[in-house]
Amino acid sequence: MLETARRYRRYGRSPVQETSDLLRKIQSDPCNAFITVDSEGALRDAAAAEKVIESGSEDVLAGIPVAIKDNICVKGIPATCGSNILSGFVPPYDATVIAKLRERGAVILGKTNLDEFAMGSTTSTGSFGPTLNPWDHARTPGGSSGGSAAAVAAGLCSGALGSDTGGSIRMPASFCGITSLKPTYGSVSRYGLVAFASSLDQIGPMAPSARDVAILFDAIKGHDGKDSTSVPKEYGPTDLDGLDLKGVRIGVPAEFFGEGLDPDVERAVRYGISTMEELGARIREISLPRVRYGVAVYYIIATAEASSNLARYDGVRYGSRSRDAGGLLDLYLKTRSSGFGDEVKRRIMLGTYVLSAGYYEAYYRKASQVRALMARDFDEAFAGCDLIAGPATPVTAFGISEMAGDPLSIYLLDIYTIPANLTGIPALCVPCGFGREGLPIGMQLMAPHFREDLLLGAGMAFQDRTKFHKVKP
Amino acid sequence: MSGYDVVIGLEVHAQLLTRSKAFCPCSTKTGLPPNTNTCPVCMGLPGTLPVLNERMVDFGIRLGLATGCTIEERSVFARKNYFYPDLPKGYQITQHVSPLCRDGSIDVEVNGETRPVRIMRIHLEEDAGKTVHDETGPLSFVDYNRSGVPLLEIVSMPDITSTDMAVAYLRELRLILMYLGICDGNMEEGSLRCDANVSVKPAGTAEYGTRTEIKNVNSFRNVQKALEYEIRRQTDILESGGRVEQETRLWNASQGRTLSMRSKEESHDYRYFPEPDLLPVRVDEAWTASVRDSLPELPASVRRRFREVYGLPAYDASVLTGSRDLAAYFEACVEHLDAPKDMSNWIMTEVLRVLSEENLSIAAFPVSPAMLAGLIALVRQGAISGTMAKEVFGMMVTTGRTADEIVSEQGMAQVSDEGRLREIAVSLVEAHPDEAKRYREGKTGLLGFFVGKLMAATNGQANPRLASRVMKETLG
Repeated sequence: MLETARRYRRYGRSPVQETSDLLRKIQSDPCNAFITVDSEGALRDAAAAEKVIESGSEDVLAGIPVAIKDNICVKGIPATCGSNILSGFVPPYDATVIAKLRERGAVILGKTNLDEFAMGSTTSTGSFGPTLNPWDHARTPGGSSGGSAAAVAAGLCSGALGSDTGGSIRMPASFCGITSLKPTYGSVSRYGLVAFASSLDQIGPMAPSARDVAILFDAIKGHDGKDSTSVPKEYGPTDLDGLDLKGVRIGVPAEFFGEGLDPDVERAVRYGISTMEELGARIREISLPRVRYGVAVYYIIATAEASSNLARYDGVRYGSRSRDAGGLLDLYLKTRSSGFGDEVKRRIMLGTYVLSAGYYEAYYRKASQVRALMARDFDEAFAGCDLIAGPATPVTAFGISEMAGDPLSIYLLDIYTIPANLTGIPALCVPCGFGREGLPIGMQLMAPHFREDLLLGAGMAFQDRTKFHKVKP
Repeated sequence: MSGYDVVIGLEVHAQLLTRSKAFCPCSTKTGLPPNTNTCPVCMGLPGTLPVLNERMVDFGIRLGLATGCTIEERSVFARKNYFYPDLPKGYQITQHVSPLCRDGSIDVEVNGETRPVRIMRIHLEEDAGKTVHDETGPLSFVDYNRSGVPLLEIVSMPDITSTDMAVAYLRELRLILMYLGICDGNMEEGSLRCDANVSVKPAGTAEYGTRTEIKNVNSFRNVQKALEYEIRRQTDILESGGRVEQETRLWNASQGRTLSMRSKEESHDYRYFPEPDLLPVRVDEAWTASVRDSLPELPASVRRRFREVYGLPAYDASVLTGSRDLAAYFEACVEHLDAPKDMSNWIMTEVLRVLSEENLSIAAFPVSPAMLAGLIALVRQGAISGTMAKEVFGMMVTTGRTADEIVSEQGMAQVSDEGRLREIAVSLVEAHPDEAKRYREGKTGLLGFFVGKLMAATNGQANPRLASRVMKETLG
């Protein structure tokens, strides 16, 4: 991104040329990263940005081509969420993050593929076919923001937006060897993000480097009056010089290196941690005893909220509607049965169950209590360290259909990412090595609420020392 | 219903007079073409989020304080999940476990006796749209203009023991809402809606009977009739040895009966859970205090004052306090002329008659308090008769002019000149010697004949009391 901005100004590269080159690349993209490409709009944005740059604007985002996960509303462009049930739905408004990017002159190339309603870890459960991993087309890019991750990794855009409810930004970033941030809950407006689980969802940036991620994050963060959970906080711009890691205390939770962790991933992450130690960080082992309940708690809270959030897709106002319904109940049943895919239905049923009379106390209430306790674990941990480091995912990218039909194993892939969503803290994923088969591995850094500056600064320092993020598929 | 005790609790929904909707900037105006008063938020479009209208909380605090409730420092919005086409999100944002207000009460007067009805809770929620079914075809239409309009739900304890008491409670609650300026109280247009929980039990027993919930009772008359019907129905069941089913019943006004809507088994599981898109509502002491300071005088207090300060009968006091504006009108009149009972009589008869005939509000009434006081002053001075005053009042309404102007222009001033009347009286006696003779022989009923002639001779402008005395004296 910084590179592209420099080329626009130092070498007279034209944003229109850059955009049309990317549009051409997207057209022949073998990975199926995009669902909708808005060539006309992108070229119009690029031409406008070109004038702005010619008039001397130093805004690094001017003319920068970005891709948007297809659960974020862009006015006038279909928002599918990868679902049949939204077919034909065109949002009449821009999400707040889109309005902010437009204000800065970014070029919106189009909408990227995802798991249906962002529910999944493979970018294959939607109705637009699977996205393939640019590093190995036989493998998944991860999910649910796999389209955005693949687009960044394949160089189809300078940066992208994803959304992260239980790891949906960090997991595909790790599988695709890119850098990404799940911001603090409340730091980026959710207005215009089609809700999956409202208390966990957060939009975040995905890009080749921590500096690029920081630039995108600075562009989209900040209080929004349209989102009541957006925190009224003054955020300064992120320091792009990076953080001096000397004396920075990094906690390494024993629980993140247990059973199920691929040895290659462990080796690469430990290498990443020792690199930070070489840069002056003080490494200490910590314990987060309740993270082992994370997946269980997550699949109660996330599905409960999802069952309610997805109730509005009833065929009455927008999206698809069953044509042969015999009455109101029949309309609901047929529309929703044919409109939603299996994974979405599974989660709606699970969520409906855990909220039902007689079960609410045992599931939803209990899960909320454990969630609060988990937050206390992190508070206690951050009393003794500045950052927490560990793997982003237990494995590297697996075969496209390797885990199809095994939802529980797929749920367990979120084991390291879910705690940041449940507690609302920010988490960064940076490439830290490669596995046996040459597949990228990501290291996750977590920080206290609103300390994205620490995360991004540490990420920059790490990337100034390493080259993993520069390796292209 | 002797032999049975009636137990009633009411759930009242009051539509609030905020300018904008509960969670979006759309207006709360009614009567607009279908689906023209909507936005992505109240249409529940994907990706949209609610933002609380604080004015709605303010209104809730007002009612809470007016009914002696505790205002909770922290209350929580919840989602009530159910499917219906007029509910665009598939859930209603309401308050469930943590309402804004708790534990208040409203005093109601039944048969001259004042009794409290306790308020269990008052909470905030949003309205749904309106479904309109095409009577002629298989189509239904939905209008989302009302979607997201703010409501207060006021839930009473089962303290109501008769239909009269239920109506009295509802009337008092409506009056309070209107005095507070937070609801227009229009039941016909649905600004105030009522559901009733009713049960009966053998007189004097402690245990409640099985209750039914009656929905859709949307006028005072219907509340009365629906409750009477339901009490009779339940009593009949018990009398014949049957058992009342716990169910929801719908009042059908045209058939005059309640009909089963859904049984307990069919009742919805609303799967309430805290609304994650909204923060808990925080109301600090300063907020409550500032609302308390701005509260108007409440109807019960105004009624008491009207009785005690102006010496009005209870009936007058309750009619005159039927709206805040009417009470203010009365008080302004009395300020101009200290004759409360005369004012009360005039307002309750003439003023209210004209308002109802002309479908006017007191605020738009052309006769100001000063003008009405001016008219009544003329009557009290004897300058015009009561009958003339009514005529003058009619002219004041149509022309907007003062009583003084009208009386002097039309030459309507009452003839109170005793000498002039005596002259006419003498000439009348001379003109009707037979009648005068018979009067003097004891046929005193003939006085009316002479007074009538005297009034006619003055074109009705004679002061009637004076005319009668003068005539009597002249006849001897």
